[in-house]
This record gives sequence, C-alpha cells and structure tokens, in this order.
Amino acid sequence: MELFEARNVNKVFASTQALTDVSISVKEQSIFGLLGPNGAGKTTLIRIINQITAPDSGEIFLNGRKMNRTDISHIGYLPEERGLYKKMKIGEQAIYLAQLKGMSHRDASRNLKHWFEKFDIMPWWNKKVEELSKGMQQKVQFITTVVHQPKLLIFDEPFSGFDPINANLLKKEILNLKAEGATIIFSTHNMGSVEELCDHIALINKSKKIEDGPTDEIRMKYKSNTFDIKYRGEFNNIHLALGSDYKIISHDESGKAKTLKVQYLNGKSNNELLQAIMPAAEIISFEELIPSMNDVFIKAVEESNKN
Amino acid sequence: MNNTLLILKQEYLKRVKKKSFIILTILMPFLIAGVYGLVIYFSIKDDTEERTIAVYDATNLFLGEFSEEGTTSYHFIPKEEFTELKTNLKGSGYYGLLYIPSDIYSNNQAQLFSEKQLPFELTEQIERKLSRFIENDKRQKVIADSGIPDLEERLSKTRTSVNLSTLKVSQSGETKKSSSVVAFIASYAMGLLIYFFVFMYGAMVMRSVMEEKKSRIIEVIISSVKPSQLMAGKIIGTALVGLTQVAIWLGLGGIGLIVVQSFFFSPETAQQMSQSIMESQGQMNPAAMQTAQSNQVMEVMEMIGNLNIPLILFSFVFYFLAGYLLYSALLGAVGAAVDNDEDSQQMVFPVTFPLILSIMLLFPIAKNPEGPLAFWCSIIPFTSPVAMMARVPYDLPIWELLLSMGLLVLTTIVCIMAAAKIYRIGLLMYGKKVNIKELIKWLRYKG
Repeated sequence: MELFEARNVNKVFASTQALTDVSISVKEQSIFGLLGPNGAGKTTLIRIINQITAPDSGEIFLNGRKMNRTDISHIGYLPEERGLYKKMKIGEQAIYLAQLKGMSHRDASRNLKHWFEKFDIMPWWNKKVEELSKGMQQKVQFITTVVHQPKLLIFDEPFSGFDPINANLLKKEILNLKAEGATIIFSTHNMGSVEELCDHIALINKSKKIEDGPTDEIRMKYKSNTFDIKYRGEFNNIHLALGSDYKIISHDESGKAKTLKVQYLNGKSNNELLQAIMPAAEIISFEELIPSMNDVFIKAVEESNKN
Repeated sequence: MNNTLLILKQEYLKRVKKKSFIILTILMPFLIAGVYGLVIYFSIKDDTEERTIAVYDATNLFLGEFSEEGTTSYHFIPKEEFTELKTNLKGSGYYGLLYIPSDIYSNNQAQLFSEKQLPFELTEQIERKLSRFIENDKRQKVIADSGIPDLEERLSKTRTSVNLSTLKVSQSGETKKSSSVVAFIASYAMGLLIYFFVFMYGAMVMRSVMEEKKSRIIEVIISSVKPSQLMAGKIIGTALVGLTQVAIWLGLGGIGLIVVQSFFFSPETAQQMSQSIMESQGQMNPAAMQTAQSNQVMEVMEMIGNLNIPLILFSFVFYFLAGYLLYSALLGAVGAAVDNDEDSQQMVFPVTFPLILSIMLLFPIAKNPEGPLAFWCSIIPFTSPVAMMARVPYDLPIWELLLSMGLLVLTTIVCIMAAAKIYRIGLLMYGKKVNIKELIKWLRYKG
C-alpha cells in the first residue's frame, strides 16, 4: 500500500522550472531513494512534501488522503543544510524541537533519553551545541528527526559529516526504523548506500523524473549484456569462436585464471554466448555484470542530457 | 501546546534567562541614576581649587570690597607690580590678574588676564562683584542727591517679578492651567522612550531571525511550524521581554522614589535644604521664599494633574505596540532576507530611516506641536509612533489622533503581510545579495 504519493507536481521559481510534472509514490515500510544531480529539483520536491513550499500545480497524498498542514507532525525531516541553536543546551533544544512536532514535554523527554542512551551521547545532554563536534551535532539532529516516531521520514544526505563507524550506526538505525514500520524517503549522492538501503528509486534530472522503479529492476534495465568469464584454454580460440556477434571488451592472462570481458550485441542471449564459448575453452565461472547505481546514475543522466 | 505559544515561550525564556538581560535590567536604572547623580554632583560641588587673583585697581575705589568668595581670594597690588605681572604671569603664583581701569564707571569695562581658560563661575563672580559695587555706589549718590532719605527702601519695594501662568481654554469653555514646560518634558520623554524600545527590540527580533537562518536550523523549524507562526511567536515573545524589562524598571523606580523621598525630602532635610539655599542667596525673606517655593511645587503638581493622563497613557501603549509591531515585522523580514551582518546593516538603514528621522525631529515637534511639521510627522505612519507621542500631552484635535492611529494600524497590517511574505521566501534563500529591488520582486511571488 502507498503511504505517500505525489501527482504531477509542478513548481516554477521566478524563471527557473524546478519541477516538471513529477509523480512519485512510496510504498509503506519501504526506503525510497530520491536521486539526481545537484540542482535537479530534489530539494524542492522534499520541501513541497514538508509543506515548506507549495507546488504551483499537482497534489500530494499521505495515506491516500490529500495532505494538509497538520500532517507535517507525521513527518520527520532531516534537511541537507542543517543546524542547531548554538547557544542552547542540547537536551533542552531537542525537547523544544520535539514539542514543535506536537509531542508533550514528558513524552519528548522520555523518548529523547532513550535515543541519547542508544547513541551514547547522554553525557552531553546539558552541554551547549557549540561545545559539540560536528559528528555529535549530526547525531543530535538525527535524533530530533526521528524522536516523534513519524510515519514518514525524509533524510537529505544523512551521512554527510559522519565517519564510517557512525555512518554504519546510522544505516543500522535507518533499517531498524524501517523494520519498525517507518517509511523513508532518502536523498543522497552516495550511490553505495542507495544500493544497500533503497527498495525503490526515482531519478530526477533537470526538473523531470527520468527513471523510477525498484532498485534491482533499474539496475537490470541498465545492464549492457556484459559478462565476466573465467576460463582455462587459449584466448585465441575463444576469439575465433565468438565472431562478429560478440564484442570482447578486455582480456587478462596475467592472473592464476584467465579472465575475459565480453558483451553480446542485440538479438543474442546469455545462453547463446555460453554455447559459443564452450567449444573453445573450459569455463570456470560465468557472471553477468550488473551495473552499480553509480553507473546507472551516470548513464541515465548523460542519456537524458543528450535528448 | 499551540506552536506559536511554544515559540513565544522559548523566545521569552531564552532572553529573560540570559545573564546579560538580568544584569542590564538591574543595572540600567542605577547607571542612569548614577550618570544623573554625577552630573548633579559635579555641578553642585564647589570646585576646590585655591585661587588668588591679583587686582590692580586704577580707581582706588575697590580696596577692601573684594571679599574672599568660595576658594577664590583677591590680592590688591600696586601699579608697578601689575605692569610686571602682565608680561610675566606664569610662575607668579597668581591664578589671574584683574585690571580695573580708571574709567570703569563710564564704560563698564574691566580686564582679566590669565594664562588658562578661566572657569565660567569665576568670571561671573568678578563681574557680579564689580557690577554690584558700582551699582550700589551710583545709587547711593542718586539717593544723596535726591534728598529723600528712605528712597532706598521705597525703591526696593518697587521690585516686581511677574509670573505668567498659561491657561488653556478647552472646547467646553473651562480653563485649565497648562504648562508648556511640563508638557514639553512629558512629550519628549515619551517620544524618546518609544524610539528606544522600538529600535532595541525590533533589532532583537532581527538578530533572532538571522541567528536561525545562519545556524541553518530554520529549515527544521519551518518544517514543523508555519513561518507566520514563527514570526508571530518571535515578535510577541520579544515584546513580552521588553514589557518585563519596563515592569522591572517601573518597580525599581517606584522603590527608588520612595527611598529618595524618605531620605531627602523628610521635613528636617527639606528645612535644612531651604535654609542653606537661603543662606547662600542671603537677601531674600525666608518666609516669602518658602511660600514661593511651595507655590511652585503646587503649580507643577496642578499642571501634571491637568495633563490628560488616561489619554496619554492609552496613546503611549498604543503607539508603543503599533510602532514595535510595524518595525519588528520589517526588521524581521530584513533578518530573513540577508544572510550576513554586512548586508543586514545596509538593509537596516533604509528600513529604520523614518524612525531615526522622527527622533531627530522630536525636538522641533515638541517645541511647536501644532505646526505643519508636527502635523505631517504625526500622521505619516512610519514616523507617527514617535512624533505623535510628542503631541499628545498638548490637547490636540481628536480627529488627528484618530486619523494617525487608523493609518498606523492599516500600515502595520499591510507591512506585516508583506514582511511575512519576504520572511517566508527569504528564510531559505542563501548566498543571494539582497536589495530593496529584489525584495519588491519577492512580494510579487505567489505561493
């Protein structure tokens, strides 16, 4: 079931088109990756979801209902450009921010203490923000985003500023939140984390959505029918056997096992490639190369820019 | 809890709990009292410098007439010493050298030589001594010539001092004692007070907005509350801080007044004071002076009583609040539009210019509260909070007051709406050099 849906959203700022007819839908209890180059319109879309800006046209729905102002207490938003009140004690500040999301002082205090313990920052409760390191501030910001147990969480570049250990901790917590029922919209340029976390992605470029689908399917869609083959035998035999329907991208005979990278052209299939090689050499392994999210991103954006 | 209320509480507590606020609030009255105390102290205090003035008297009439006064004593010298001293005053030990020429009776001129800038009191003292002696001497001669023995007494009885009390005829025909001095002081003080508070607390709102924008917490905040709620909470919260401060000052002032009154104005000290004043003035009849003094006090009290206090208080609160709302909304918008202090300074000036103008014009307005300058400044909404306060203590036509208030309310509403729009757009706008033209463009944005 869809928790969140945006339909045909348009937004123009002065003379720049920020979003053109963008629709996305996010399944409940899933992680949705919102990707795109800088300036594509991601932040605008996120701000529209948070009701910070209004779309020129188009509608947004939460739980199948048109979203209104009161729904923002069900959203937790960690913006890319984020900060805290420098002169305020972090405990007090976190309670204030939770109260603004509609929590009572007591609930906020209880939940926050739980999270502070979990993140091992309880000793800093009474410290001022300016005394904290950037990483610690990021932890506090993450906590204030999730403390009111929102149904929809929006993370914009959540890992920036974290060291690898804390980034891992955060990943674990994001997966935990999903397991506990939260739905997450996740925007990042870190494609590795997209592969790890996202169930579904949408790619926006120059205000338009250019790709949308389950992460695995999108990657499959961008595969180039290229294979990594380990074999025993003579490269020349394989080369002769493959002929013009196949393209040898590279070959390497320096290692223990000889390897070969081959791409088949349209009209052929995996099995046909395998059959073509089999008479020429002994095959040790045969693996299709699925492009990384990084490759998908670059390819999709470049193609879209060409058009 | 309502979000506006939460923000209001947060803004209020944040400021009131600050050490600087507590210290400033408590120290300010003492500082002001101290400054005034020092001024009064120094003006009352005799200067203690011992001075000897050498006097060369070409008339030979004044010898023995220059008595020592305060710390100044006079020493008569012969002509030879005078010519020597005139060129060589330094190191002689004399503070100054007074030359009384022989023709002083006819052309009223004497000379005082000194190598220093002489204090005003000293020249005044010498002038007084000379004038009094010559006047007295001349008078004695006239009396002697006239052959009337008690002329002196009879003349002194003719001495008259007329006190002009100004009476204002109200529309209903009753006359009230009014004093332009009391009204002037009241109007000036209130205009000044409004100016300071609007400026101080308006700037506080602006800084608070800028802080949120600069620390980048703003996006989180406005994903929880509406910008208009945030702005309202901030403006009202800061206003309450101002009111708290005023309340504390009024309280301290009240206590101070009671202390001062019981200490200085107890019957005995009053007696002592008037006695010492009389002694110093010497010639006046003590009883007459006392009644004159108490008459003056009564008169001032009556004039204060004749000011329309409820109207003045109401207008004060009204212009205070409206002026604050108007300017804090505008300054809040400026705070949202800029993202560094340098730009903010550039933007603050055009916004607060009318306010600065009105404080500069406050003096001429209070002096001539019914002139065209006073009229226009008190009608135009951006200057009216200060300017109108300078006019209210003088009974002014009620339609002018109503027109001014109405225009101010209208302008404030329009400005708050415009400011809210600039605020909402500006908050998330970074790295853009903002000027007035740009802001006007923002006002045309929709959504």
